[in-house]
This record gives sequence, structure tokens and C-alpha cells, in this order.
Amino acid sequence: MEVDDSDDRDAIHTIQARLVSDTGEEAGPPIDLPVGITTAQLTLICNALLQNEEQTPYLFFVNEEEVKQSLDKAIDIKKLDTEALIDIVYQPQALFKVRPVTRCTSSMPGHAEAVVSLNFSPCGQHLASGSGDTTLRLWDLNTETPHFTCTGHKQWVLCVAWSPDSTKVASSCKNGETRIWDPNTGKQLGKPLLGHKKWINCISWEPYHDNPDCRRIATAGTDGDVRIWDVVLGHSERILSGHTGGVTAVRWGGSGVIFTSSKDRTIKMWRASDGVLCRTMTGHAHWVNNLALNTDYVLRTGPFHPVIDKLKKYSMTTDKNELREVALQRYKKVCPDGVESLVSCSDDFTLYLWRSNSSKCVARMTGHQNVVNDVKYSPNVMYFASASFDKSVRLWNAHNGAFICTFRGHVQAVYTLAWSADSRLIVSGSKDSTLKVWSVQTKKLEQELPGHADEVFAVDWAPDGSRVASGGKDKIVKLWAY
Amino acid sequence: MPQNEYMERHRKLHGRRLDYEERKRKREARLPKIRAKKAQKLRGIKAKLFNKERRNEKIQMKKKIQAHEEKKVKKQEDKVEDGALPTYLLDRGVQSSAKVLSNMIKQKRKEKAGKWDVPIPKVRAQSDAEVFKVLKSGKSRRKAWKRMVTKVTFVGENFTRKPPKFERFIRPMALRFKKAHVTHPELKATFHLPILGVKKNPSSPMFTSLGVITKGTVLEVNISELGLVTQTGKVVWGKYAQVTNNPENDGCINAVLLV
Repeated sequence: MEVDDSDDRDAIHTIQARLVSDTGEEAGPPIDLPVGITTAQLTLICNALLQNEEQTPYLFFVNEEEVKQSLDKAIDIKKLDTEALIDIVYQPQALFKVRPVTRCTSSMPGHAEAVVSLNFSPCGQHLASGSGDTTLRLWDLNTETPHFTCTGHKQWVLCVAWSPDSTKVASSCKNGETRIWDPNTGKQLGKPLLGHKKWINCISWEPYHDNPDCRRIATAGTDGDVRIWDVVLGHSERILSGHTGGVTAVRWGGSGVIFTSSKDRTIKMWRASDGVLCRTMTGHAHWVNNLALNTDYVLRTGPFHPVIDKLKKYSMTTDKNELREVALQRYKKVCPDGVESLVSCSDDFTLYLWRSNSSKCVARMTGHQNVVNDVKYSPNVMYFASASFDKSVRLWNAHNGAFICTFRGHVQAVYTLAWSADSRLIVSGSKDSTLKVWSVQTKKLEQELPGHADEVFAVDWAPDGSRVASGGKDKIVKLWAY
Repeated sequence: MPQNEYMERHRKLHGRRLDYEERKRKREARLPKIRAKKAQKLRGIKAKLFNKERRNEKIQMKKKIQAHEEKKVKKQEDKVEDGALPTYLLDRGVQSSAKVLSNMIKQKRKEKAGKWDVPIPKVRAQSDAEVFKVLKSGKSRRKAWKRMVTKVTFVGENFTRKPPKFERFIRPMALRFKKAHVTHPELKATFHLPILGVKKNPSSPMFTSLGVITKGTVLEVNISELGLVTQTGKVVWGKYAQVTNNPENDGCINAVLLV
């Protein structure tokens, strides 16, 4: 709290100030503050004085004028009476908080086989689920009833992915077919995309800020190929072959790079524009199961800020270029220099943290005692969480990969997890048929959500944080809310 | 030794005999019979070598035939299998049979079947004379009120002995058991689980209270390490199992879980 003011050349370098709330209550004793103090530092001081458990953002005012950057910009030092005490009024800002889900609002039967994949649309208005009964179902989230049943696949629908503008859903089946659907009519768009010889493990759409038309997807096949498709023309634009094992995950990064992880123990980076292999990252000793980018959340939601623009109807009204600009800004905020970080989790019980500008890992994270199946970055890119078959979820620091804590409580393998939009909660789905909500702040179990009759395969938290959807072996899609 | 390729030269100059193809075809047609005769006649190392060669030939031939047949058959549409799995479990060789029956079905089954519908419904009654051995006591070995249990027993953690004077039943340490091999009938897997108590010995309620374990006895076992979960998400930890062997003869307890 005490700020060093050793520089004495300028007479007025520190001022006496006290922090006062807008109702006039003092936060603490008067303190010496350097005039160059920034709002971020003031926030820290204020939080410390008020002994807040969690960091709350504040606005600061001096003489009815807001302190925007630093204190000396808001007040005129020359005219200031340095002997007097300055009152700095602080005003707490509303924090966006996702309330922990506590109850099952509806169990939606409909699928005739296990629900294998599940995804909310970026706008938070739609939900799509793929199942072993070869259909993709779209659910009406307002009434929580089935909306459309999309038939066409011949095999289990293994993955579902929404385009960042929420106007298309891509689904792929165990035969290696990918189909595109229109969520507003439930009809298939264009031809099925054929080409993969085995099933597809992952689908990733081109980021919105690269192409606001949302035309291209990348699919990761078990046959070792990654294919880039044009969904409008319905053909394969490019085949990225180079992996010698099945490709387990693909992420289309924001700076025109495609990241793929494979069972051949490597992670590869490809240039999306011409399909050139840029980099191969080696280190894992066994299958790489999943990848997470620090930009996953912004790329998934694209131009939609799920919190701020919850009620705004998009895409129909606004110009695409404008939206693209918004999406680009959101991306730049997370990743200003275009160097993305990624985490990979593997069958060798470890996770690796990488940066896209080097093929050497930043950190190797050990601690799990069994296969690590899923890893996800928090939306604010402060943490990432990993789900493992050793029945635990672990939380790590996203900056350097330092271990933070373990969430224990599941009695069977944890399959997947999902972050809430405010990065304060994690929900995990497990083989033991329960969902559990964990609090990042208290590092404890927040809520236990029993209800599924069998293993939970897929979990997703709506991008706006309003609800959680889960599906599993008991063929039922459940929605959970506060 | 030929000094030149004179045969080829001659062939080039004059061509083959007019009936060359015909003779060749016939020779080849006769070949299998000749070889069969040879196979019967050969003896010793020659037979061995010949048979080895012949066997390899046959294998190759069969493979070729199979390949051709496969080519002919049109690929049928793959049937949609039951038990869909997410991508991350597809290549893991998950024992899909391991938990074939979902908890839901188990629940239904339980409701349908009677509570005491056990795997071994009929048990041979154990007489008191068989289970208890009379011990003589007293200075002149006249008294005969002490009994020693000759079967396997389970003695709880918190059991304290009575003073020897009042101790009517002796349960020998060597026959006390704490763990049982419990088979889960649906998982088809066996676990070494701690015993929590003897629920019922069908022979006699006294045996039940003494903790005598014979064939057909229903035990309560601690299954928390199996990680089963109830509908409400609580971990199941006590479940009943019926003993399927004669523990006193085998030196171990085998039981089957009642689900």
C-alpha cells in the first residue's frame, strides 16, 4: 500500500488523500499517495482497505471529476493545496456475476440414444445436441422443449459446432460426414461434406473477424487428416495431412493459424490460407487428447458480447463489417500481439502450455494421476481447468502454468468441464452421473447436481451464463439454472 | 555350359513349335497330379521341405481367393450400433459391457424382483452340531458348555471379549475374515472388499448374530471403491452380497453382489 516517494526533486510529489464512499464513509485513515497513481493502483488500495474478498472494480472521483487514468491528470497540481486532505470518492461498479446453477429446470427427453455432444450457440438463443440415434436436435430454450429434429446422418452424431454468427450448426457423424444445418428452420444447408475415411473428432469454424460470412470449417478426422471445407460450395478446400495418428482436436486460431493435436503425440500449427505446416510441437509422451486456446471464448462468441448485448438482436440488423470490427477488437483485447497460448492435455497424465511463436513449451504441468481428458481456458484468460479420469478437476494459472488447486468430489472419471462466462465457476460432468459446480474463488464445491441416471458425456455453460445444459448416457438433455 | 543365349536366338529366328502353347497348357494341367503323387512318395527331409513349400503355397492361394471374394461383395451400410460413446471414449477400448445396464434399468429390475431374490436360493441347513464344537472345561474337564465355532466368522471392529468365564462361544482368530472377493454380476469383475457385517445366515438367527459365514450367507460389503452412485448422486457404500463358496474349506470368501 505504501508507495515509494523517494524522488524529492519535485516538491509536490505526494498528496494526502483519503478514500471516501459516495455516502461519505471513510474507507480508512488518510494516506500519502503519489500524484501519478493510476486507477488500477487505486483500485488495489481501495480493495485492500475495504478488505474485499474478491477484487471489485471501482470508479474514482476527485471534485466531481472522474479519475480516468491517473490522479495527476484529474487534478491540477499547481493549484492544489498540498497541505489539505483530498477526498477521493470511490464508487463500486456492478460486477457481472453468473449465479451458480442449483436446480434442474427441465429434463428434455427426445433422443433415443445416448447424448454424445452438446453446444450452446454463441448468442445463447439455441442449443444443439447430437446423439447416438443419428439425429441432431435443436431445442427451444425459452419453453425448454424440442424444436427441430435434424435427420440425415447415418451414424452417431459425434460433434456439434456453432458458427460464430449463430446462423449455422455443423455436425459430424461416425461415418466421417459433416452436415450443416440452419437453426431457424432445422433444414440441412447444402450437401453433406464427404471425404473423411473415419469419424471426426472435432469441428472448428473460421473466426468471425477473418471472415464474417462464416463459410469455412476445419474438421479433425481419426484418419489423420484435417480438412478445410467451404460449407457453401460443399467441397473440401484443402487437406492438411501430416499427422501419423488420429487428429483429436482442431482449433482455428484468430491469427490465421490452425492448431491440431493428434494421437501421434504432436501438436501441429498450419497456416490456414495455404495449408503450410508452420510448426510441430513435441513433448507429450502419449496421445494428446484436447487443446484449448486462450482465445477460445472470444472466438466462439465472435461479435456477440454475451453479457453486454444479451438483449440486442444481431446479425439481421447490424452491418457485417461493423460486427467484424467488434469481433476483431475483442480478439485483440485477449491477444494483442497475435501470439496465442494454448494448452494441451494428454494420456501421459500431463498438460503442456505453449505459445504459438515457439515450438518449446512454456510449462509442463504434472499432478494428474490418470488420463487428462479435457482442458478449458477461463473466459477472462486467467486460469485454465483440466478434467481427468483420476476423478479430479485441477485449476492452473494460465500465465505460467502454476498449479492452483484440485477440486475433488467426483467418485468416477471426470469427462468434461465448462466455464461460466464470468470465470468464477466451473461445472464438470462425470462418469458418476453427477454434475458439480466448483467455485474458483473459494476453491470449493459450490453445488452438486445429481439427476442424470447415467454417465454425463457432454456439458456446456451458455455463453451468457444463464444456464447449463448436460447430456449423457441416459438419453436426456437436462437444463440447469439458478 | 551354354556360351551364348542360343535358345533365345533360335526362338527369335524361327519362332516356337506350332503346338508349343497346347503342350504347355497340358503340362500345366497335369502338374497338380504329378505333384500330388510326388507328395505321397517323398520321404524324409525332402518330404519335409516339399510339404513346407506346399503349405505356404496353399496359404497364399487361399488369401488370394479371399481377397477376390471380398472385392465382389458390395459394402453394406454399417448398422447403427447401440451404446453411443463420445469421441474421447471411442478409441479407448472402454469396456462397453462394463456398465451395459444403466442405473435406470437396474432400478426397475430391483422393483420387479423380490427383495430376497438371491443367486443361491437354496442353502443346505447347517446344524448346530456341525458349526459348534463342544469344548470341555473345568478342572476335571467335566463341564461342556463352551462352544467353538468351526466355520469362518466375521467379527466386528468394536468387539470386545467377555471374561473367559462367561465366554460361551469362541470364534478362532484363524477363521476370522475381514475381506471378501465380491463379484459384480454385471461388470463381470471381482473386487476385494471389506466386510461390514453379516446380514443374514439362513441357517439360524444365532449364526447371524455370531457372524458365522457359510455358503449362502448374505453379507454387507463396503463398495465405496467401486464408485457407484445413487439416483440422487450420493455414493453408495454398503451393499449386500451372497457367499457362493464354502469359506471354511477354501480359506477365502467368494461372494456375488446383489444388484
